Amino acid sequence: MSTTSQELDQKQAVTALRRKDLLGIAELSPGEIELILDTAEAMKEVGTRPIKKVPALRGKTVVNLFFEPSTRTRTSFEIAEKRLSADTLSIAIGTSSVVKGETLADTALNLEAMSPDMIVLRHASSGACHFLSRVCRSAIINAGDGMHEHPTQALLDAFTIRERKKQLAGLKVAIVGDLLHSRVLRSNIHLLTKLGADVWVCGPPTLIPTDIRRFGVTPTSVVEEAVRDADVIMLLRIQLERMEGAYFPSLREYFRVFGMTEERLLLAKSDVMIMHPGPMNRGVEIASEVADGPYSVILDQVANGVAVRMAVLYLLAGGVEHEEAAYGRASRRSRERD
Amino acid sequence: MKRLLTGGRVVDPANGIDGVHDVLIEDGRIARVGRDLPVDDATVLEIPSGLVVCPGLIDMHVHLREPGQEHKETVASGVASAVAGGFTAVACMPNTTPVNDNANVTLLILAKAAEAKLAHVYPIGAVSKGSKGELLADIAELKQAGCVAITDDGHPVATALLMRRALEYAGMFGMPVIEHCEDPSLKGDGVAHEGFHAASLGLRGIPGAAEALGVERGVLLSELTGSAFHVAHMSARASMRAVRNGKDVGVRVTCEVAPHHFTLTDEALGSPIPYDTNTKMNPPLREAADRDAMLAGIVDGTVDVIATDHAPHHYDEKKVEFDRAPFGIVGLETAVPLSLDRLVHSGLIRLPRLVELLSTAPARILRVPGGSLSPGSPADITILAPDLKVRIRASQLRSRSKNTPFDGWELRGGVAATIIHGRTVYVNPEMGSGVI
Repeated sequence: MSTTSQELDQKQAVTALRRKDLLGIAELSPGEIELILDTAEAMKEVGTRPIKKVPALRGKTVVNLFFEPSTRTRTSFEIAEKRLSADTLSIAIGTSSVVKGETLADTALNLEAMSPDMIVLRHASSGACHFLSRVCRSAIINAGDGMHEHPTQALLDAFTIRERKKQLAGLKVAIVGDLLHSRVLRSNIHLLTKLGADVWVCGPPTLIPTDIRRFGVTPTSVVEEAVRDADVIMLLRIQLERMEGAYFPSLREYFRVFGMTEERLLLAKSDVMIMHPGPMNRGVEIASEVADGPYSVILDQVANGVAVRMAVLYLLAGGVEHEEAAYGRASRRSRERD
Repeated sequence: MKRLLTGGRVVDPANGIDGVHDVLIEDGRIARVGRDLPVDDATVLEIPSGLVVCPGLIDMHVHLREPGQEHKETVASGVASAVAGGFTAVACMPNTTPVNDNANVTLLILAKAAEAKLAHVYPIGAVSKGSKGELLADIAELKQAGCVAITDDGHPVATALLMRRALEYAGMFGMPVIEHCEDPSLKGDGVAHEGFHAASLGLRGIPGAAEALGVERGVLLSELTGSAFHVAHMSARASMRAVRNGKDVGVRVTCEVAPHHFTLTDEALGSPIPYDTNTKMNPPLREAADRDAMLAGIVDGTVDVIATDHAPHHYDEKKVEFDRAPFGIVGLETAVPLSLDRLVHSGLIRLPRLVELLSTAPARILRVPGGSLSPGSPADITILAPDLKVRIRASQLRSRSKNTPFDGWELRGGVAATIIHGRTVYVNPEMGSGVI
């Protein structure tokens, strides 16, 4: 690559994500993450105006394709799309229609025949977004795929931390809960380690993924170790059905060993932030006093979700416009290969 | 009718032969192997130098899908794939629809194979009726109809007690029990090897211990009953240890490894194509230490057989989300190039050992004809081209299904021709016309 085209690339990187899709944090560079977070700051300002609307995505069609129940994420995306003036529609497909026989690829190709620009996908299968990105020409935004990634959640978490702490580098972040089944965990690990945070993960050994150290984090099953001097504590939802897999004996016992109580909170830094991606199980992973207490930023996370998703949509739309010709070719090629 | 194969390097480990010899074929059988045999009235077939003449390869683990799943493969398309891969015989698994648990299904498969007139087909019967793990199948009937072994492949035999009975009962007929070793509760709803890559991609894991538990069970029950026990598609290092320990104390245990398990690791789940469903098989692609243990077992003799676990699936079935895709890949037409490239050219083993793994040992374990070029044996012969530059092209496979993770791979070594009962049934078009 010549010097001039490198310079050109850097210039473009300031205004657009040079990619067709947002499949996960794993693929993003620290620079791209910073770009999204910076853009989200501007987008947050839009939400404070009396008329909360900008024309950035006018004439673009965005389909929210949700194969799993979701209130928070879907609403957040819808509001973000509307604030950017996109034409949006949301399709909630129960798993039952999959049983009826249409494959994910066929569903997506049928939608694509109606020429949307972006598809926001939530799906129970890890890798569903990677799969669709190979089949579809539209930009794919991952709104949560199985146990793999939930990139916009990690971005809004980082945005919320950055708002308070200015930067992520050097912060001790403790993530406590069901690590094994959590897509929020995986996206957050990628993002936090890329931006230089010291990440501790904590849960019973039954719920810690294999070889977690290779992700560059410190695992522990002693919650006090994880939260000691932490700048940020992030709780992950404990799914009630996990008891059936014998991952732990009871919710009561989980709370006893890992629950975030006011006493445990005292071990953390005095300006600790308490975060939760929701939905919360009060009295399981988090005591109500902590969730409702002064350190909790849980509702700020939800508020920031809209700004961060506006940023992602805006940047990807710019990317699509910019790279239309090139990505069109690549997408057709991959379809032929399939 | 006589044919004289002359000028090739003959590798026949069963008879300790490795050198330039002539092979005389008479009426579909091997008449003689030796130097400078008289031509007499035989048709002479000059083998170009550099090619290797060996006993026909036998794949003791394939899924031909017929009856019932003909959209994936048929007996006819399966044997066409087999001969193109250098195999003169295949043993086919009973997990068809219906299951091969009675003579009708066995005879149907054999009739289709006779019609196809390509590779020999040796059906393998079910251990239990419907492979349901409850009642033993009519094993004597299966044997009489032509089955050479029994297995509930696709699943492990349901209980230790049923496995014990199967070993005892099939032992009466000298039939080995072939086991898909797996503890179902440890496997759970896993779809990939439990390791860093599955954790990173958010895929549910299957630990190596799930397989090794099944191997340990089989080895113990083989010791208890004195019957022959064969481990199918072995993938985990702990399984290799269990087989090695069993052999050390004289247990009648044998095992096979598939080319994908000595070639690939779970790294393939994420690259070059993330979540490529052609990297999904059961047992799964495991981590490097397991792959290296498979190679070590091949080198030190713990591994008896290379078998492909050829598992064709229609592209519709594979073109879905990773966790919804069926397990398995096709293997018949990629086994020889992978074996030559990864085992022989890498310097791990020499050609006679490879022929042992692909021909001599499977013939011995299944007690079927072939596996050697001894006079009187059927003239089932594979001619290998160890230095042929091969490019795997999924779209060109003879199999009805194209589900391979090796599309586009360039490998050194391939098949030049396949001869069954003295008749040339396959010549590799890449060899150039008129060479063989």
